[in-house]
Amino acid sequence: MASSDALLPISAREEDPLLSDGSRSDPNAETHGRRRPVKGLLAVTFGLFFIAFYVALIATHDGSRSNDVKFESDGTATTASRARLAGVSEKGNDQLWKLSGDRNTVAFSWNNSMLSWQRTAFHFQPEQNWMNDPNGPLFYKGWYHFFYQYNPNAAVWGDIVWGHAVSKDLIHWVHLPLAMVADQWYDANGVWTGSATFLEDGSIVMLYTGSTDKSVQVQNLAYPEDLNDPLLLKWVKFSGNPVLVPPPGILPKDFRDPTTAWKTSAGKWRITIGSKINRTGISLVYDTTDFKTYEKLDTLLHKVPNTGMWECVDFYPVSKTLVKGLDTSVNGPDVKHIVKASMDDTRIDHYAIGTYFDSNGTWIPDDPTIDVGISTSLRYDYGKFYASKTFYDQNKGRRILWGWIGESDSESADVQKGWSSLQGIPRTVVLDTKTGKNLVQWPVDEVKSLRLSSKKFNMEVGPGSLVKIDVGSAAQLDIEAEFEIKKESLDKILGDASVAAEAEEFSCQKSGGSTVRGALGPFGFSVLAHESLSEQTPVYFYVAKGKDSKLKTFFCTDSSRSSFANDVVKPVYGSSVPVLEGEKLTMRILVDHSIVEAFGQGGRACITSRVYPTKAIYGAAKLFLFNNAIDATITASFNVWQMNSAFIHPYSEEAVRALSRT
Amino acid sequence: MKMVVVMMIMMVMAMVSEANMIEQTCKETPDFNLCVSLLDSDPRGSSADTSGLALILVDKIKGLATKTLKEINSLYKKRPELKQALDECSRRYNTILKADVPEAIEAISKGVPKFGEDGVIDAGVEAAVCEGEFKGKSPLTSLTKSMQKVSNVARAIVRMLL
Repeated sequence: MASSDALLPISAREEDPLLSDGSRSDPNAETHGRRRPVKGLLAVTFGLFFIAFYVALIATHDGSRSNDVKFESDGTATTASRARLAGVSEKGNDQLWKLSGDRNTVAFSWNNSMLSWQRTAFHFQPEQNWMNDPNGPLFYKGWYHFFYQYNPNAAVWGDIVWGHAVSKDLIHWVHLPLAMVADQWYDANGVWTGSATFLEDGSIVMLYTGSTDKSVQVQNLAYPEDLNDPLLLKWVKFSGNPVLVPPPGILPKDFRDPTTAWKTSAGKWRITIGSKINRTGISLVYDTTDFKTYEKLDTLLHKVPNTGMWECVDFYPVSKTLVKGLDTSVNGPDVKHIVKASMDDTRIDHYAIGTYFDSNGTWIPDDPTIDVGISTSLRYDYGKFYASKTFYDQNKGRRILWGWIGESDSESADVQKGWSSLQGIPRTVVLDTKTGKNLVQWPVDEVKSLRLSSKKFNMEVGPGSLVKIDVGSAAQLDIEAEFEIKKESLDKILGDASVAAEAEEFSCQKSGGSTVRGALGPFGFSVLAHESLSEQTPVYFYVAKGKDSKLKTFFCTDSSRSSFANDVVKPVYGSSVPVLEGEKLTMRILVDHSIVEAFGQGGRACITSRVYPTKAIYGAAKLFLFNNAIDATITASFNVWQMNSAFIHPYSEEAVRALSRT
Repeated sequence: MKMVVVMMIMMVMAMVSEANMIEQTCKETPDFNLCVSLLDSDPRGSSADTSGLALILVDKIKGLATKTLKEINSLYKKRPELKQALDECSRRYNTILKADVPEAIEAISKGVPKFGEDGVIDAGVEAAVCEGEFKGKSPLTSLTKSMQKVSNVARAIVRMLL
């Protein structure tokens, strides 16, 4: 730093002969200096002061003196990253700077027809405005309850309160009045995310984060006003709130999203709350008997360096042997535990499988190289999916996963269309009993109740072909497909040494999307495709040859050509997916207007994408099957169903009264 | 006497260290000079923490959007043939003022910076889209380019809060 260094050489000038009267040859130069000690010291000090001041001024202002901002004439927007930015995976949003096409392309504008098409038919969303995290999902007295972060005033995040809706089947929803608003000092600045716990007597407690009137993040307790009301319309906040405040060592804005509680072997209830210490993501642990007073454990549930803030932590058991859900308190030798966290830095939900030690409330991962939050660790979903939360559905013995699906468009469009964000279709979650190393997710069975007419297809598709699949309307579809690469093609390519092994280098994100042709892929479906293919969203497998002649399979969604619009994010998403000996390649796709949910290999790899076509909408949206492989012929066997609307019911007093009587 | 000297040196060092906070922060952004000039020109800059610096930049985005809207409005009369593009720009810049800025302010102040990042990124997007509406013959280039640059710097600082 020039300015602080400047102090040092200047102090040396006290001895600078030039400060005295300059007679170098004068043998009495020293006595000259000593004759005026006080004045000299004062002059020197002022000199020091002014020089340091001036240098500091120059160093910080760098020549710019006006209050107006000056800009370089070349005017290029730069997205060059430094330091922390460089370490973080480039967000899809960075692609926005390079507007598609050159400067002379047709200027683009959203019209109401394009925007109103984007609203989904069977995904959960409020009637209008902004939504984010799922909150406190539970099943009670015949109803599935869903709460959510909601902005009653705008189509962007802000003024957050708890929205509420109920359903008999997780698909057909009725909107209810807001469950909780920001009416106390301890949640005046936001009624944020929380979770529900069932007590032994069947009653419900809700723990949630409040942002206080001083913007401190605290945990609060709430419970239903009337347990006889199956709709749980009204909620009461505990008069002694907050029940937890940030503990020593934790910053007031790093303490949020309490989990569902589980019973310890000592008979207490235990919860965990995500936080961070510097750049280490952590999960704090608290024990309680009454949800009003808590004892913080000295140990953390877990921590992983360099992962940043852990939001929406989730912790639950999964069976090692059975394909069913487990209550959050279950423990035992046939059980593994999942720790999941939403990474604030990267907007990715990561999880890991491991072992829980109840005696001290700690957990260790089976594979520390893919510990929670490390970029290569497992994800629920390789697309747009965040702040997810599971709950145990005691009605059907399932563990169900909700995930917040944000928009990938501009806020202008959200404001214009009047809403923002969806929830994914609820998914069951179980451990993959075949691999033991990952979870498997699948849309809840109830979504099948929306299936209308279906068409079955069976075909062989040669390399470099495209087949239009005539199913009528193609914006609301459920597709289940099985693919097989013909044995002759596989043998030929595996045996051909000139076909390079590319499995190590391939990734959905970086290998150029679905137009880049390989020996054994890509092949799959192109959804929301215009007849001319000027807009389309391919969902596909890419099978790559590995060095040891083994095959590695990738499952991707390519939204790069999904829309002409230049203000939407259009990434290629995906990941490798385990394929076991003897398995065919299977995929399921739910298409619902501006959301495409793809499930590879029975839900071993899931990809949620948001797409905003401008032309491939209404009757112009089509479905294609394609095989872009250079050498392989594939057989495809699939079913396509038209999907009905879920007719999500807006809130009305009569509807609520009618429901209360059922 | 010595007290005066000590005080003066302390004042200088304080000034230098406050200048350091802005410099250290700005070093981590894609445009050091722009960042420093924006923060230095604001009286709150000298005593702000990272959160405060981020809020200053959001304020600059707000000011720049207001200024650009005024310019858009004046262009309706001078360049009536550009009406369609000006309408789109007006819509986009109104989004910056009415959606992006309030969202960023609330999120940064309340400690959920990721929504602040969304807001400041979007300000740059809206400006870029507006610019594109003129198919290469924009009367607003210097203003839209400014917004993109300020948005980039703001984003970098908001990310430090994550």
